[in-house]
Amino acid sequence: MNVTIVDYNSGNISSVINSFEEVAKDKVNIEVTSDLNKIKSSDKVVLPGQGSFKSCVDALNNISGLVDALSEFAINNKKPLLGICVGLQMFADIGYEETETKGLGWISGKVSKIDNQNGKYKLPHIGWNQINIVKDSKIYNDIQNNSHMYFVHSYEFIPEDKSVISATTDYSSKIACSVEKDNIFGTQFHPEKSDKTGLKIIDNFIKL
Amino acid sequence: MLKNRIIPCLDVKNGRVVKGINFVDLQDAGDPVEQAKIYSDGGADEICFLDITASNENRDTIYDVVEKTSRKCFVPLTVGGGVRNVEDINKLLNCGADKVSINTAAVQNPEVVVESSKKFGSQCIVVAIDAKKSGDKWEIFTHGGRNNTGIDAIEYAKKMEDSGAGELLVTSMDRDGTQVGYDIELMSKISSMVNVPVIASGGVGNLDHLVDGIKLGNASAVLAASIFHYGKHSVKEAKEYLDSKGIPVRI
Repeated sequence: MNVTIVDYNSGNISSVINSFEEVAKDKVNIEVTSDLNKIKSSDKVVLPGQGSFKSCVDALNNISGLVDALSEFAINNKKPLLGICVGLQMFADIGYEETETKGLGWISGKVSKIDNQNGKYKLPHIGWNQINIVKDSKIYNDIQNNSHMYFVHSYEFIPEDKSVISATTDYSSKIACSVEKDNIFGTQFHPEKSDKTGLKIIDNFIKL
Repeated sequence: MLKNRIIPCLDVKNGRVVKGINFVDLQDAGDPVEQAKIYSDGGADEICFLDITASNENRDTIYDVVEKTSRKCFVPLTVGGGVRNVEDINKLLNCGADKVSINTAAVQNPEVVVESSKKFGSQCIVVAIDAKKSGDKWEIFTHGGRNNTGIDAIEYAKKMEDSGAGELLVTSMDRDGTQVGYDIELMSKISSMVNVPVIASGGVGNLDHLVDGIKLGNASAVLAASIFHYGKHSVKEAKEYLDSKGIPVRI
């Protein structure tokens, strides 16, 4: 099996690579590439993302044909794709970080700044927070409800159809911290930095 | 609910831990990778390396340490010490650091913070503020506490937030190494002034100091070095103690 981590200059992806390699050992081949053919022929794709919504969308668009290759993989061929952090946020129609920017539009919704309630909540939302699993999702196999995950973000994905939300976390409001729509998965938290529980989620995704 | 973080810090010099955990079962007590792994297995919420390598020819040793650690520890790794420019930050991130802390370079050229937070995202830019009390205010020191800049620490903290710092690591130079506790007044003043998380550092001698840093200093995270060294306290003990005092921690 081939799992491809999309390398599109979206910031620091070493931790994502290390965690997938740790879980995959020698059983699964982990590719790190922006090669369109490799992405299309892969069994699973991981879309990381750090920095701002706009910088990630721009970086995706900077590689000619990449958005189309990802759409073919996830939308037409319905193969499993995992978006992490801004990788998840880009599923939305639109994001408001820096400036209004069009997302991939795979899951209807918008990405807005977390309401800090006039400074009551520090931003970015940094650190370990518990997740409330609200939907039976395959990536949560053997993951206990209220497990701790590592978060770093100031913006949140607000999907139109709430049934795509698979877990929420409490920070100012109930933030959608993971989504699942058919073959498309996304986590706002960083499984690659969430210790053993995070590695288990990665393992679950690889085993899908 | 978001938990308060406990961050053990390891001083690394020429690729070796200077002060470290003195456990009998350690194969190599000076190996930062092995020490970091003990901390992360013990429940550390993040790991911090402070590179105190003095000579330029040995500066590259930290990259190897970071690379090896990031393959074994799957909690966030912050690396600081001697970070001069965007290229240094880029190299550390590529080696597997999740955050880079900038100290002297941010004072000398705040544009480094602006530029790097734009390039890599605020989430990985930590500005380290070394402050010392002077009359009724605090002043910024650079070069590991040797140079007084005369800059007001509270105003500087605000400026660094505006420049794009995702977190502030605030160390009291008066308290560092004394084990008498954090400078609570400094922590709470900065924490109330900025909206980004503050990591308290400098002066921890016992577990109550960690409690004070969070409860009185309003820090989001507490960093400590020596109390975790030589097995005085484990990270697990620290967390259980904080939990018993009603502080939300990841256990």
